[in-house]
Amino acid sequence: MKYIDDYRDAARAHEMLAALHRLTTRPWRLMEICGGQTHAIVKFGIDELLPREISLVHGPGCPVCVTPLEMIDRALAIAAHSGVIFCSFGDMLRVPGSTSDLFRVRAQGADVRIVYSPLDALQVARDNPDREVVFFAIGFETTAPANAMAVHVAKTEGLRNFSVLVSQVLVPPALETILSAPTHQIQGVLAAGHVCMVMGMGEYEPLAAKYRVPIVVTGFEPLDILQGIYMCVNQLETGRAQVENQYARTVQQDGNRRAIDLIDEIFSVIPRKWRGIDEIPQSGLGLCAKYADFDAECRFDVCVGPVEEASECISGQVLQGLRKPNECPAFGTSCHPGHPLGATMVSSEGACAAYHRYRPQREYS
Amino acid sequence: MCLAVPGELVEIDDGDCLTLKGRVSFGGVIKEVNLAFVPEARVGDFVTVHVGFAMSVLDTEEAARSLHAFGELDTLP
Repeated sequence: MKYIDDYRDAARAHEMLAALHRLTTRPWRLMEICGGQTHAIVKFGIDELLPREISLVHGPGCPVCVTPLEMIDRALAIAAHSGVIFCSFGDMLRVPGSTSDLFRVRAQGADVRIVYSPLDALQVARDNPDREVVFFAIGFETTAPANAMAVHVAKTEGLRNFSVLVSQVLVPPALETILSAPTHQIQGVLAAGHVCMVMGMGEYEPLAAKYRVPIVVTGFEPLDILQGIYMCVNQLETGRAQVENQYARTVQQDGNRRAIDLIDEIFSVIPRKWRGIDEIPQSGLGLCAKYADFDAECRFDVCVGPVEEASECISGQVLQGLRKPNECPAFGTSCHPGHPLGATMVSSEGACAAYHRYRPQREYS
Repeated sequence: MCLAVPGELVEIDDGDCLTLKGRVSFGGVIKEVNLAFVPEARVGDFVTVHVGFAMSVLDTEEAARSLHAFGELDTLP
Protein backbone atom coordinates (compact mmCIF):
# COMPACT_ATOMS: atom_id res chain seq x y z
CA MET A 1 0.00 0.00 0.00
CA LYS A 2 1.18 3.50 -0.80
CA TYR A 3 2.96 5.25 2.07
CA ILE A 4 3.39 1.93 3.86
CA ASP A 5 5.36 -0.33 1.50
CA ASP A 6 7.80 2.49 0.68
CA TYR A 7 8.82 2.48 4.34
CA ARG A 8 9.47 -1.26 4.46
CA ASP A 9 12.16 -1.41 1.77
CA ALA A 10 14.80 -3.89 2.93
CA ALA A 11 17.64 -2.46 0.81
CA ARG A 12 17.08 1.00 2.25
CA ALA A 13 16.88 -0.45 5.74
CA HIS A 14 20.30 -2.04 5.30
CA GLU A 15 21.72 1.25 4.00
CA MET A 16 20.36 3.03 7.05
CA LEU A 17 21.74 0.38 9.36
CA ALA A 18 25.17 0.77 7.76
CA ALA A 19 24.97 4.53 8.34
CA LEU A 20 23.91 3.94 11.93
CA HIS A 21 26.89 1.62 12.48
CA ARG A 22 29.21 4.33 11.17
CA LEU A 23 27.57 6.96 13.37
CA THR A 24 27.61 5.11 16.68
CA THR A 25 30.72 5.36 18.86
CA ARG A 26 29.33 4.79 22.37
CA PRO A 27 26.59 2.83 24.14
CA TRP A 28 23.17 4.49 24.04
CA ARG A 29 19.89 3.36 25.55
CA LEU A 30 16.71 4.58 23.85
CA MET A 31 13.06 4.11 24.79
CA GLU A 32 10.32 3.83 22.21
CA ILE A 33 7.12 5.08 23.81
CA CYS A 34 4.42 3.44 21.77
CA GLY A 35 3.38 -0.21 21.85
CA GLY A 36 2.83 -0.04 18.09
CA GLN A 37 6.51 0.82 17.70
CA THR A 38 7.49 -1.98 20.11
CA HIS A 39 5.47 -4.39 18.02
CA ALA A 40 7.16 -3.27 14.78
CA ILE A 41 10.64 -3.40 16.37
CA VAL A 42 10.17 -6.97 17.55
CA LYS A 43 8.26 -8.12 14.45
CA PHE A 44 10.90 -6.86 12.02
CA GLY A 45 13.81 -7.70 14.34
CA ILE A 46 15.05 -4.12 14.26
CA ASP A 47 16.65 -4.29 17.71
CA GLU A 48 18.73 -7.29 16.64
CA LEU A 49 20.11 -5.47 13.59
CA LEU A 50 21.26 -2.36 15.44
CA PRO A 51 24.87 -1.68 16.40
CA ARG A 52 25.67 -3.57 19.59
CA GLU A 53 26.05 -0.25 21.43
CA ILE A 54 22.39 0.71 20.95
CA SER A 55 19.76 -0.88 23.13
CA LEU A 56 16.03 -0.27 22.96
CA VAL A 57 13.76 -0.44 25.98
CA HIS A 58 10.02 -0.51 25.67
CA GLY A 59 7.80 2.21 27.04
CA PRO A 60 4.34 2.50 28.56
CA GLY A 61 2.46 3.34 25.37
CA CYS A 62 -0.09 0.55 25.32
CA PRO A 63 -3.43 1.83 26.66
CA VAL A 64 -4.80 -1.68 27.01
CA CYS A 65 -1.81 -2.53 29.21
CA VAL A 66 -2.01 0.49 31.50
CA THR A 67 -5.78 0.48 32.10
CA PRO A 68 -5.91 -0.22 35.85
CA LEU A 69 -7.29 -3.40 37.28
CA GLU A 70 -10.04 -1.50 39.14
CA MET A 71 -11.25 -0.08 35.83
CA ILE A 72 -11.41 -3.55 34.28
CA ASP A 73 -13.40 -4.74 37.30
CA ARG A 74 -15.73 -1.75 36.89
CA ALA A 75 -16.20 -2.64 33.21
CA LEU A 76 -16.99 -6.24 34.15
CA ALA A 77 -19.56 -5.14 36.73
CA ILE A 78 -21.28 -2.74 34.31
CA ALA A 79 -21.24 -5.30 31.48
CA ALA A 80 -22.96 -7.80 33.79
CA HIS A 81 -25.91 -5.42 34.40
CA SER A 82 -29.05 -6.71 32.76
CA GLY A 83 -30.16 -4.48 29.92
CA VAL A 84 -26.65 -3.19 29.22
CA ILE A 85 -24.89 -3.53 25.89
CA PHE A 86 -21.21 -3.09 26.63
CA CYS A 87 -19.12 -2.03 23.63
CA SER A 88 -15.34 -2.16 23.54
CA PHE A 89 -12.33 -2.30 21.28
CA GLY A 90 -11.51 -5.99 20.83
CA ASP A 91 -8.16 -5.83 22.65
CA MET A 92 -9.85 -5.21 26.00
CA LEU A 93 -11.91 -8.38 26.08
CA ARG A 94 -9.15 -10.71 27.22
CA VAL A 95 -7.51 -8.33 29.72
CA PRO A 96 -7.70 -10.02 33.10
CA GLY A 97 -9.59 -8.25 35.88
CA SER A 98 -9.41 -9.47 39.46
CA THR A 99 -11.43 -12.59 38.85
CA SER A 100 -12.69 -12.56 35.27
CA ASP A 101 -12.49 -10.85 31.89
CA LEU A 102 -15.01 -9.47 29.39
CA PHE A 103 -14.93 -12.62 27.26
CA ARG A 104 -15.92 -14.74 30.24
CA VAL A 105 -18.62 -12.29 31.29
CA ARG A 106 -19.96 -12.51 27.74
CA ALA A 107 -19.89 -16.31 27.87
CA GLN A 108 -21.99 -16.06 31.03
CA GLY A 109 -24.67 -14.15 29.14
CA ALA A 110 -23.65 -10.49 29.17
CA ASP A 111 -24.12 -8.55 25.91
CA VAL A 112 -20.52 -7.52 25.19
CA ARG A 113 -19.81 -6.32 21.65
CA ILE A 114 -16.56 -5.54 19.86
CA VAL A 115 -16.60 -2.28 17.91
CA TYR A 116 -14.05 -0.75 15.58
CA SER A 117 -14.93 2.87 16.38
CA PRO A 118 -16.80 4.75 19.12
CA LEU A 119 -19.16 5.79 16.31
CA ASP A 120 -20.19 2.13 15.99
CA ALA A 121 -21.15 2.14 19.68
CA LEU A 122 -23.26 5.27 19.05
CA GLN A 123 -25.05 3.42 16.28
CA VAL A 124 -25.74 0.49 18.63
CA ALA A 125 -27.32 3.03 21.02
CA ARG A 126 -29.48 4.50 18.25
CA ASP A 127 -30.57 1.02 17.19
CA ASN A 128 -31.41 -0.09 20.75
CA PRO A 129 -33.26 2.82 22.42
CA ASP A 130 -34.60 0.56 25.18
CA ARG A 131 -31.13 -0.62 26.22
CA GLU A 132 -28.28 1.16 28.01
CA VAL A 133 -25.21 1.20 25.74
CA VAL A 134 -21.83 1.75 27.39
CA PHE A 135 -18.62 2.31 25.46
CA PHE A 136 -15.27 1.53 27.11
CA ALA A 137 -13.43 4.74 26.14
CA ILE A 138 -9.82 3.79 26.64
CA GLY A 139 -6.81 5.21 24.89
CA PHE A 140 -4.04 7.73 24.68
CA GLU A 141 -4.29 11.15 23.07
CA THR A 142 -4.62 9.48 19.65
CA THR A 143 -8.03 8.05 20.54
CA ALA A 144 -9.26 10.93 22.71
CA PRO A 145 -10.73 12.96 19.80
CA ALA A 146 -12.80 9.98 18.62
CA ASN A 147 -14.06 9.28 22.13
CA ALA A 148 -14.76 12.98 22.65
CA MET A 149 -16.68 13.10 19.39
CA ALA A 150 -18.87 10.18 20.47
CA VAL A 151 -19.89 12.05 23.62
CA HIS A 152 -20.38 15.28 21.71
CA VAL A 153 -22.61 13.62 19.11
CA ALA A 154 -24.58 11.79 21.84
CA LYS A 155 -25.29 15.09 23.58
CA THR A 156 -26.14 16.85 20.34
CA GLU A 157 -28.56 14.07 19.35
CA GLY A 158 -29.97 13.72 22.86
CA LEU A 159 -28.98 10.06 22.93
CA ARG A 160 -29.84 9.39 26.56
CA ASN A 161 -29.09 5.66 26.56
CA PHE A 162 -25.40 6.14 25.71
CA SER A 163 -22.55 6.56 28.19
CA VAL A 164 -18.80 6.07 28.30
CA LEU A 165 -16.53 4.40 30.83
CA VAL A 166 -13.47 6.63 30.47
CA SER A 167 -9.91 5.41 30.93
CA GLN A 168 -7.98 7.99 28.92
CA VAL A 169 -4.30 8.55 29.64
CA LEU A 170 -1.69 11.08 28.51
CA VAL A 171 1.88 10.40 27.39
CA PRO A 172 3.91 13.42 28.61
CA PRO A 173 3.16 12.99 32.36
CA ALA A 174 4.06 9.28 32.15
CA LEU A 175 7.26 10.09 30.28
CA GLU A 176 8.12 12.64 32.95
CA THR A 177 7.51 10.03 35.68
CA ILE A 178 9.92 7.67 33.92
CA LEU A 179 12.58 10.32 33.25
CA SER A 180 12.44 11.74 36.77
CA ALA A 181 13.00 8.34 38.43
CA PRO A 182 16.54 8.05 39.81
CA THR A 183 16.80 4.50 38.49
CA HIS A 184 16.04 5.25 34.87
CA GLN A 185 18.75 4.78 32.25
CA ILE A 186 17.01 6.30 29.25
CA GLN A 187 19.25 8.56 27.16
CA GLY A 188 16.96 9.18 24.21
CA VAL A 189 13.27 8.84 23.42
CA LEU A 190 11.31 7.92 20.31
CA ALA A 191 8.00 9.72 20.87
CA ALA A 192 4.74 8.22 19.61
CA GLY A 193 3.96 9.57 16.16
CA HIS A 194 0.19 9.23 16.29
CA VAL A 195 -0.14 10.82 19.73
CA CYS A 196 1.77 13.80 18.30
CA MET A 197 -0.39 13.74 15.16
CA VAL A 198 -3.20 14.85 17.48
CA MET A 199 -1.37 16.89 20.13
CA GLY A 200 1.64 18.29 18.26
CA MET A 201 5.17 18.39 19.63
CA GLY A 202 5.15 21.38 21.97
CA GLU A 203 4.59 19.37 25.16
CA TYR A 204 7.87 17.50 24.66
CA GLU A 205 10.19 20.52 24.43
CA PRO A 206 10.24 21.22 28.22
CA LEU A 207 10.91 17.52 28.87
CA ALA A 208 13.82 17.36 26.42
CA ALA A 209 15.33 20.48 28.00
CA LYS A 210 14.72 19.54 31.65
CA TYR A 211 15.99 15.96 31.43
CA ARG A 212 18.58 16.56 28.68
CA VAL A 213 17.21 13.82 26.46
CA PRO A 214 16.70 14.01 22.71
CA ILE A 215 13.09 13.25 21.80
CA VAL A 216 12.38 12.27 18.20
CA VAL A 217 8.75 12.02 17.10
CA THR A 218 8.81 8.77 15.14
CA GLY A 219 6.52 6.79 12.85
CA PHE A 220 5.72 3.10 12.85
CA GLU A 221 7.18 1.50 9.75
CA PRO A 222 10.65 -0.08 9.88
CA LEU A 223 12.37 2.73 7.97
CA ASP A 224 10.62 5.32 10.17
CA ILE A 225 11.90 3.62 13.30
CA LEU A 226 15.43 3.26 11.92
CA GLN A 227 15.47 6.92 10.92
CA GLY A 228 14.10 7.93 14.34
CA ILE A 229 16.88 5.94 15.99
CA TYR A 230 19.44 7.52 13.65
CA MET A 231 18.22 11.05 14.46
CA CYS A 232 18.23 10.29 18.19
CA VAL A 233 21.73 8.78 18.16
CA ASN A 234 22.96 11.64 15.99
CA GLN A 235 21.81 14.08 18.68
CA LEU A 236 23.42 12.02 21.43
CA GLU A 237 26.72 11.70 19.56
CA THR A 238 26.82 15.47 19.02
CA GLY A 239 25.68 16.38 22.55
CA ARG A 240 22.25 17.76 21.65
CA ALA A 241 18.90 17.19 23.39
CA GLN A 242 16.13 18.59 21.21
CA VAL A 243 12.72 17.63 19.93
CA GLU A 244 12.89 16.57 16.28
CA ASN A 245 10.24 15.26 13.91
CA GLN A 246 11.00 12.14 11.89
CA TYR A 247 7.31 11.67 11.02
CA ALA A 248 6.72 15.02 9.34
CA ARG A 249 4.51 13.52 6.63
CA THR A 250 1.86 12.98 9.31
CA VAL A 251 2.79 15.12 12.34
CA GLN A 252 2.64 18.90 12.33
CA GLN A 253 4.23 21.04 15.05
CA ASP A 254 0.86 22.07 16.51
CA GLY A 255 -1.02 18.80 15.92
CA ASN A 256 -4.68 18.86 14.94
CA ARG A 257 -6.27 22.02 16.39
CA ARG A 258 -9.86 20.88 15.88
CA ALA A 259 -9.17 17.62 17.69
CA ILE A 260 -7.43 19.38 20.59
CA ASP A 261 -10.31 21.86 20.91
CA LEU A 262 -12.85 19.04 21.11
CA ILE A 263 -10.78 17.16 23.70
CA ASP A 264 -10.66 20.39 25.76
CA GLU A 265 -14.43 20.81 25.41
CA ILE A 266 -15.37 17.29 26.54
CA PHE A 267 -12.59 16.27 28.94
CA SER A 268 -10.61 17.77 31.78
CA VAL A 269 -7.16 16.67 32.93
CA ILE A 270 -7.25 14.52 36.07
CA PRO A 271 -4.92 12.16 37.95
CA ARG A 272 -5.07 8.60 36.65
CA LYS A 273 -3.81 5.32 37.99
CA TRP A 274 -1.67 3.37 35.51
CA ARG A 275 -1.67 -0.39 35.78
CA GLY A 276 1.72 -1.52 37.03
CA ILE A 277 2.95 2.03 37.65
CA ASP A 278 0.48 3.62 40.13
CA GLU A 279 -1.20 7.00 40.12
CA ILE A 280 0.44 9.73 38.05
CA PRO A 281 -0.72 13.31 38.65
CA GLN A 282 -2.48 15.05 35.76
CA SER A 283 -1.93 11.99 33.55
CA GLY A 284 -5.43 11.29 32.34
CA LEU A 285 -8.69 12.67 31.06
CA GLY A 286 -12.13 12.52 32.64
CA LEU A 287 -15.43 13.91 31.42
CA CYS A 288 -16.04 17.58 32.26
CA ALA A 289 -18.92 18.28 34.66
CA LYS A 290 -20.97 19.51 31.71
CA TYR A 291 -20.91 15.99 30.24
CA ALA A 292 -21.25 14.06 33.52
CA ASP A 293 -24.61 12.68 32.33
CA PHE A 294 -22.66 10.55 29.87
CA ASP A 295 -20.28 9.15 32.49
CA ALA A 296 -20.97 5.44 33.00
CA GLU A 297 -19.29 5.60 36.42
CA CYS A 298 -22.04 8.03 37.53
CA ARG A 299 -24.84 6.24 35.74
CA PHE A 300 -24.07 2.82 37.20
CA ASP A 301 -23.46 2.64 40.90
CA VAL A 302 -20.65 0.11 40.80
CA CYS A 303 -18.67 -0.74 43.87
CA VAL A 304 -15.31 -2.33 43.19
CA GLY A 305 -13.46 -4.00 46.02
CA PRO A 306 -9.74 -3.91 46.74
CA VAL A 307 -7.67 -5.40 43.94
CA GLU A 308 -4.40 -7.25 43.78
CA GLU A 309 -2.14 -7.94 40.81
CA ALA A 310 -0.66 -11.38 40.18
CA SER A 311 2.47 -11.42 42.34
CA GLU A 312 4.70 -12.97 39.69
CA CYS A 313 3.90 -10.35 37.04
CA ILE A 314 6.59 -7.71 36.34
CA SER A 315 4.55 -5.81 33.74
CA GLY A 316 4.89 -2.56 35.70
CA GLN A 317 8.66 -2.71 35.36
CA VAL A 318 8.37 -3.70 31.70
CA LEU A 319 6.11 -0.71 31.04
CA GLN A 320 8.69 1.65 32.56
CA GLY A 321 11.57 0.19 30.56
CA LEU A 322 13.23 -1.19 33.70
CA ARG A 323 13.07 -4.85 32.63
CA LYS A 324 12.43 -6.79 29.45
CA PRO A 325 9.66 -9.37 29.04
CA ASN A 326 12.02 -12.33 28.83
CA GLU A 327 13.48 -11.41 32.22
CA CYS A 328 10.21 -12.39 33.89
CA PRO A 329 10.18 -15.87 35.46
CA ALA A 330 6.55 -16.30 34.42
CA PHE A 331 7.20 -15.42 30.75
CA GLY A 332 6.13 -18.28 28.52
CA THR A 333 5.48 -20.57 31.48
CA SER A 334 2.66 -19.55 33.81
CA CYS A 335 2.05 -16.42 31.66
CA HIS A 336 1.30 -16.69 27.96
CA PRO A 337 -1.33 -15.18 25.61
CA GLY A 338 -3.76 -18.01 26.38
CA HIS A 339 -3.40 -17.33 30.09
CA PRO A 340 -2.05 -13.82 30.63
CA LEU A 341 -1.09 -12.72 34.14
CA GLY A 342 -0.70 -9.10 33.09
CA ALA A 343 -2.08 -6.93 30.34
CA THR A 344 1.28 -6.64 28.56
CA MET A 345 0.78 -10.27 27.55
CA VAL A 346 -2.74 -9.60 26.25
CA SER A 347 -2.64 -6.68 23.89
CA SER A 348 -1.01 -7.25 20.54
CA GLU A 349 0.95 -4.09 21.35
CA GLY A 350 2.04 -5.24 24.78
CA ALA A 351 5.78 -5.87 24.94
CA CYS A 352 5.34 -9.33 26.48
CA ALA A 353 2.87 -10.41 23.78
CA ALA A 354 5.19 -9.12 21.03
CA TYR A 355 8.13 -11.07 22.47
CA HIS A 356 6.00 -14.15 22.89
CA ARG A 357 4.66 -14.00 19.36
CA TYR A 358 7.88 -13.28 17.53
CA ARG A 359 10.49 -14.69 19.93
CA PRO A 360 9.05 -17.67 21.71
CA GLN A 361 10.47 -18.82 24.97
CA ARG A 362 12.86 -21.39 23.54
CA GLU A 363 15.12 -18.59 22.32
CA TYR A 364 15.77 -17.46 25.86
CA SER A 365 16.20 -20.77 27.60
CA MET B 1 -4.20 0.71 19.83
CA CYS B 2 -2.83 3.93 18.36
CA LEU B 3 -2.69 2.23 14.99
CA ALA B 4 -3.48 4.68 12.21
CA VAL B 5 -3.29 3.85 8.53
CA PRO B 6 -2.93 6.13 5.50
CA GLY B 7 -5.47 5.77 2.74
CA GLU B 8 -6.62 7.75 -0.29
CA LEU B 9 -9.75 9.85 0.06
CA VAL B 10 -11.90 8.86 -2.92
CA GLU B 11 -15.23 10.51 -2.13
CA ILE B 12 -16.60 13.21 0.19
CA ASP B 13 -20.27 13.37 1.22
CA ASP B 14 -22.20 16.51 1.95
CA GLY B 15 -22.57 17.07 5.65
CA ASP B 16 -22.09 19.55 8.45
CA CYS B 17 -18.78 19.74 10.28
CA LEU B 18 -19.75 17.10 12.87
CA THR B 19 -20.94 14.47 10.47
CA LEU B 20 -18.68 15.19 7.52
CA LYS B 21 -17.92 11.80 6.03
CA GLY B 22 -16.14 10.31 3.07
CA ARG B 23 -14.82 7.09 1.69
CA VAL B 24 -11.16 6.16 1.94
CA SER B 25 -9.39 3.48 -0.09
CA PHE B 26 -6.85 1.40 1.77
CA GLY B 27 -5.15 -0.40 -1.11
CA GLY B 28 -8.53 -0.93 -2.74
CA VAL B 29 -10.53 -1.69 0.40
CA ILE B 30 -13.02 1.15 0.82
CA LYS B 31 -14.09 2.27 4.30
CA GLU B 32 -16.37 5.05 5.42
CA VAL B 33 -14.40 7.59 7.45
CA ASN B 34 -15.40 10.61 9.51
CA LEU B 35 -13.71 13.78 8.20
CA ALA B 36 -14.77 16.20 10.96
CA PHE B 37 -11.18 16.74 12.11
CA VAL B 38 -9.78 17.32 8.60
CA PRO B 39 -12.44 19.33 6.74
CA GLU B 40 -9.67 20.69 4.51
CA ALA B 41 -9.11 17.21 2.99
CA ARG B 42 -9.87 16.89 -0.71
CA VAL B 43 -10.49 13.89 -2.97
CA GLY B 44 -7.09 12.48 -3.94
CA ASP B 45 -5.47 13.42 -0.63
CA PHE B 46 -4.08 10.69 1.59
CA VAL B 47 -5.45 10.85 5.10
CA THR B 48 -4.25 9.02 8.21
CA VAL B 49 -7.19 7.19 9.78
CA HIS B 50 -7.59 6.06 13.39
CA VAL B 51 -10.73 4.28 14.72
CA GLY B 52 -12.86 5.61 11.89
CA PHE B 53 -11.63 9.21 11.97
CA ALA B 54 -9.21 10.88 9.57
CA MET B 55 -6.79 12.73 11.85
CA SER B 56 -4.22 14.16 9.45
CA VAL B 57 -3.82 14.95 5.77
CA LEU B 58 -0.60 13.34 4.63
CA ASP B 59 2.04 15.81 3.51
CA THR B 60 3.28 14.27 0.27
CA GLU B 61 6.26 16.64 0.03
CA GLU B 62 7.44 15.59 3.46
CA ALA B 63 6.88 11.94 2.55
CA ALA B 64 9.10 12.35 -0.53
CA ARG B 65 11.65 14.29 1.50
CA SER B 66 11.95 11.57 4.16
CA LEU B 67 12.36 8.85 1.52
CA HIS B 68 15.06 10.96 -0.12
CA ALA B 69 16.73 11.42 3.28
CA PHE B 70 16.85 7.64 3.77
CA GLY B 71 18.89 7.39 0.57
CA GLU B 72 21.21 10.21 1.59
CA LEU B 73 22.20 8.54 4.85
CA ASP B 74 24.23 6.04 2.87
CA THR B 75 26.50 8.78 1.54
CA LEU B 76 27.21 10.32 4.94
CA PRO B 77 30.67 9.72 6.35
